[in-house]
Amino acid sequence: MTEPVQSTPVPIEALADKGPLEPPRSQWKDVWDQFRKHKGAMFGGGFLLFITLAVLLGPWIWQVDPQKLDIRGKDMRPIWTALWDSNAKVGWHRPFGTDQLGRDQLAQILSGGRASMAVGWAAMILSLLIGTMVGVLAGFTRKLDGPLMRLTDLFLSLPILPLLLVAVTLFRQPLREAFGPEGGMFFLIVGIIAITSWMPTARIVRGDILALKEREFILAARSIGTTPFRIVQRHLLPNVLSPIMVSATLGLATAIITESALSFLGVGFPSDFPTWGKMLADAVQRMEQFPERVILPGIAISLTVLSVNYLGDGLRDALDPRIRGR
Amino acid sequence: MKLKSLLMGAVAATAFAPAAFAERGADGEVKIIYWQAPSILNPFLSGGTKDVESASMIIEPLARYNEKGELVPWLVEEVPTVANGGVSEDLTSITWKITPGLTWSDGTPFTSADVAFTHEYCTHPEGGCAQVTKFEGVTSVETPDDLTVVVNFDGPTPNPYGPFVGGESPILQAAQFADCLGAAASTCTEANFNPIGTGPFVVNEFKPNDVITMSANPNYRDPAKPAFASVTFKGGGDARAAGRAVMETGEFDYAWNLQLAPDVIAQMEAGGKGVAVAGFGPLLERIMVNQTNPSPDLPEGERSTAMHPHPFLKEPAVYKAMSMAIDRPLLVEVGYGQAGKVGCSWVPAPEAFASTFDGCETQDLDGANALLDEAGFMDTDGDGIREVNGVPMSIVYQTSTNAVRQDFQALIKEWWAQIGIETELRNIDASVFFGGDAGSPDTFQKFYADVQMYANTFNGTDPQAYLGNGLCDKAPRPDTQWQGENISRFCMEEFDALHAELSGTADMSERQRIGRELSAMITDNGGMIPLVHRGRLSAHSSSLGGVVLNVWDSELWNVADWHRIKSN
Amino acid sequence: MLTFAIRRLVLAIPTLLFISFVIFMLLQLAPGDPMAQVPLTVPPEVKEKMRQALGVGEPALVQYWKWLVQVFWLEPKVFIDYLTNSSTLLGWLPDTNLYNDELRVISWQTRSPVMDIVIQRIPQTLWVVGMSYIVGILIALPIGIYSAYRQYSIFDQSGTFITMIGFSVPPFFTGPLLIVIFSVQLGWFPSIYDTTHVVNDWASLKVQFNQMILPVMVLALQTTAQISRYMRASMLDNLNQDYVRTARAKGLSEAVVVAVHVLRNSMIPVITVIALGVPAIFGGAIITENVFKVNGIGQLLITALFANDLPMVMTLTFIFAVLIVVFNLIADILYGLLDPRIRYD
Repeated sequence: MTEPVQSTPVPIEALADKGPLEPPRSQWKDVWDQFRKHKGAMFGGGFLLFITLAVLLGPWIWQVDPQKLDIRGKDMRPIWTALWDSNAKVGWHRPFGTDQLGRDQLAQILSGGRASMAVGWAAMILSLLIGTMVGVLAGFTRKLDGPLMRLTDLFLSLPILPLLLVAVTLFRQPLREAFGPEGGMFFLIVGIIAITSWMPTARIVRGDILALKEREFILAARSIGTTPFRIVQRHLLPNVLSPIMVSATLGLATAIITESALSFLGVGFPSDFPTWGKMLADAVQRMEQFPERVILPGIAISLTVLSVNYLGDGLRDALDPRIRGR
Repeated sequence: MKLKSLLMGAVAATAFAPAAFAERGADGEVKIIYWQAPSILNPFLSGGTKDVESASMIIEPLARYNEKGELVPWLVEEVPTVANGGVSEDLTSITWKITPGLTWSDGTPFTSADVAFTHEYCTHPEGGCAQVTKFEGVTSVETPDDLTVVVNFDGPTPNPYGPFVGGESPILQAAQFADCLGAAASTCTEANFNPIGTGPFVVNEFKPNDVITMSANPNYRDPAKPAFASVTFKGGGDARAAGRAVMETGEFDYAWNLQLAPDVIAQMEAGGKGVAVAGFGPLLERIMVNQTNPSPDLPEGERSTAMHPHPFLKEPAVYKAMSMAIDRPLLVEVGYGQAGKVGCSWVPAPEAFASTFDGCETQDLDGANALLDEAGFMDTDGDGIREVNGVPMSIVYQTSTNAVRQDFQALIKEWWAQIGIETELRNIDASVFFGGDAGSPDTFQKFYADVQMYANTFNGTDPQAYLGNGLCDKAPRPDTQWQGENISRFCMEEFDALHAELSGTADMSERQRIGRELSAMITDNGGMIPLVHRGRLSAHSSSLGGVVLNVWDSELWNVADWHRIKSN
Repeated sequence: MLTFAIRRLVLAIPTLLFISFVIFMLLQLAPGDPMAQVPLTVPPEVKEKMRQALGVGEPALVQYWKWLVQVFWLEPKVFIDYLTNSSTLLGWLPDTNLYNDELRVISWQTRSPVMDIVIQRIPQTLWVVGMSYIVGILIALPIGIYSAYRQYSIFDQSGTFITMIGFSVPPFFTGPLLIVIFSVQLGWFPSIYDTTHVVNDWASLKVQFNQMILPVMVLALQTTAQISRYMRASMLDNLNQDYVRTARAKGLSEAVVVAVHVLRNSMIPVITVIALGVPAIFGGAIITENVFKVNGIGQLLITALFANDLPMVMTLTFIFAVLIVVFNLIADILYGLLDPRIRYD
């Protein structure tokens, strides 16, 4: 009753491969396709591009010196105030109005954005790099965990103000000579913000890595002889991406605001050098009479942070293979 | 006899006083806010204005200055003078007669022994007393009887009203502070936080750097005062919030020293719950011009010292032009409003000491440019900055962090740019800038900048010691650990000689003439550029009566007379 | 886990000593002068005398040693004396008199023991900052969970929008804004916090509630924004894992799947952030405290910093450091409880 065994099995029609229909797709193309579908990310990216171009190219188009005082034209209102208040002091040559010393607000927003964006991005990226590196090292290598986390404790408990003052005393003059008053301050500010803000990222990344490295897929990777470096790069980092993205978004906002707090302490840029944070801080005491002076830089900061947040969301979704293609 | 008549007088005063404040404690609570919180109630250990003024409600001096800068007797019957025999002919001693019948808030009598003890307390070598200069030159304090104090000086002292006069030099109770002399001062927390005094109020609870609650002194000398039964003295926050609490929300009755831009004050006053009041002492906002070279290329220890004179700021054309380029009325309008006047003199008040100079009130950019052109300081390389002997006129302009000062910096930078001077602005946290840390490059004494702006003043009405800030040997330098009051390192033999003459002169009008000359000498020779004569601006609620703003003494000097205005 | 905790606690002592040394040297190095706030009318010689009276001129190591002795030997003695003499909890114990008038850690500003002032400041700090932290967490967790569960729903989008705006406008703006709206215009709440207020009945509790509400709102906004973002991100990572599909496949209800399986696995970064924030409660909220005059520990620290009151700054930052170390340890232990696979030994 044995069935004759077919010496050459006939392939089942339905299961036969018909050859590739499309050329193979690279991983990054998939990521991009997924990313493109994310409306928020596209909006965020677009806005970020717009605001970056605006602060980079804006001062070339709107050629008003943001530091130029015009005391007779002080306290002008933005042009749209004329819509409901015909007596308001407005003028097309000052579309966003002027401040209490007659400095043009539009020019200030544009050139202030340059400084704030530069400081925000540089400090955020630097602090993320330090934080992620320390976090991964501490979480992954047991020997370094103790020392690195105690270092984190140390940095968390350092009082910031004396630290700033020490940094200024030691480094301001050399940096000023090397990069000029504004450039030198830029490096000092970025450095200070970065070294005082990497600790939460480090602890968060470490916590996640501690849990992830005990998962089965890491064991599998290890068992096929993947080097520790590859494990971190290929298996661990992509899995801690989302908290890192959140840190990045929050870090950008914090860096922009912290910069303004630093200039209060005399550690920041020279006092006549506009930044968004400083414009906001200076305008708070007159926010009842001139609400636009707080609203304009406030919106600029909020929208930038919001668009980075959406960009991060989109990137996260795009990089998650489980979501991709759904 | 005397005591009796005094008591009669007090009774009469009570009887005829208006009904509104006839009774002690009738007006309930008064709330005062200082945006700097008091940290101790013993002015001898702190010297901070906030501490001196809060303590002045509790402890009092023998005599103090009124709102016009005149001495008025406080715990004594009259102010001793040569005319009434209280000051000796040779000006070496002064005799105070204490009002009979005075008691401390604990009911014990106030005697000359307390006054003598206060001298001993402050002059103890290990005590670190902040007001020790008040007792400078005092050789002894004698107490012939319970109500007489004789202060002896080591030489003729034209102004013997240093010790025991003004809010900075109140009398402490000997019994309370007996164990707190010298190094033990820090261990007397209870006494420092709750001093027994003769003033209108006594401390109920003191929370350092936060709040003081006080109640009326049951043993206060005037039985009808104070009108308020209790005081809440809150500290902390910032000037804006303090002003708002008085003038906009009406939560508080009195806010101290509102250093805010005039349009901000005006906006608050529009709130309608309170009014701002201003008074003028000798406080002058000025730009100090460094006479020495602050270049960072010089080695540490030679930078900003007399070894290297400044490459161009000592040129008369330069400092004159810098001063001419400044629009002082505009600065007043932008920064201080009713709390500022154009500042033309190093000693802006008292009036008799104030000098002035031509063109102080008007800006003259063309004249300034012409002056520089004439002196031959031209812009030779076409970058818009003039050169002096090949050195470009680029200067660093530093000051402490403060919104008004940063506005001033921006304005002055702009004006100086118009006469071909390039300015780099720098602002430094006040605690570093005014701190005397010899290790920091950013203190105002080190002056590692070309010009710097701050305000200074003096206590009382006699500027002799203050004018001494222009003497050559008071310049901060490495061998004095960078301590010294001659910040601009101004040095002129004629000045030193004239100041010596002032110290030996007793005649008032002559002193005033010399004072004016000294003051003019420093401005004419480019030691400083006066900017704004600043007043003190405080606010009180519309319902608080009796406030007399006093800039020569504690602002709370007459708190006993404060009362609630009845709105009927 | 117990041995781990004990080992870490023992290790914490040298760590803290080292941290305190670093902080001390940093403070010594920082420019500053306790006499900076004394008016310019006081001449430099007098200021120098005052500095000597405070002991500023002594060598740094001597000062450090004195501080160590005061903090680790004298202050505990004072504390034990307090416990046995006047506290209600341990007052029945025989009175001890360990402390006999040695110099405690004395603040340079107030010339009074630092610890007394710190204890004075704790109630308002806990009321305001602590309460805002709890409120913030209680709001943030549900928002984060639900936003992730319904990703890109209206709720998620508006939550994202509000929290990000809330996070990017600083308290030095939101504080005065709330004061202008609620104190000046509407007159509902006071703009100045009364630290002398005593809560003893319903009416006074209501007053306390009124004066707390504005600062708590400002602070809770920041906390909510931060924690809800981390919660959402972490939930999203876990919602698509295989074990979630398994749990659903075996018929568990959505509530159980989300609230037990996913939540527990998503808590690790959130626990980290929460633990990092707890010491900050004690550290106070410098700007918000200043805006509303709460005068808690944050205000104490900032005034001490500006006045260069080193003993105060040193002691406060040290207490802060102790809390950081302790809460990081607690976070590490919680990791182990949440995910038993995590091993430290």
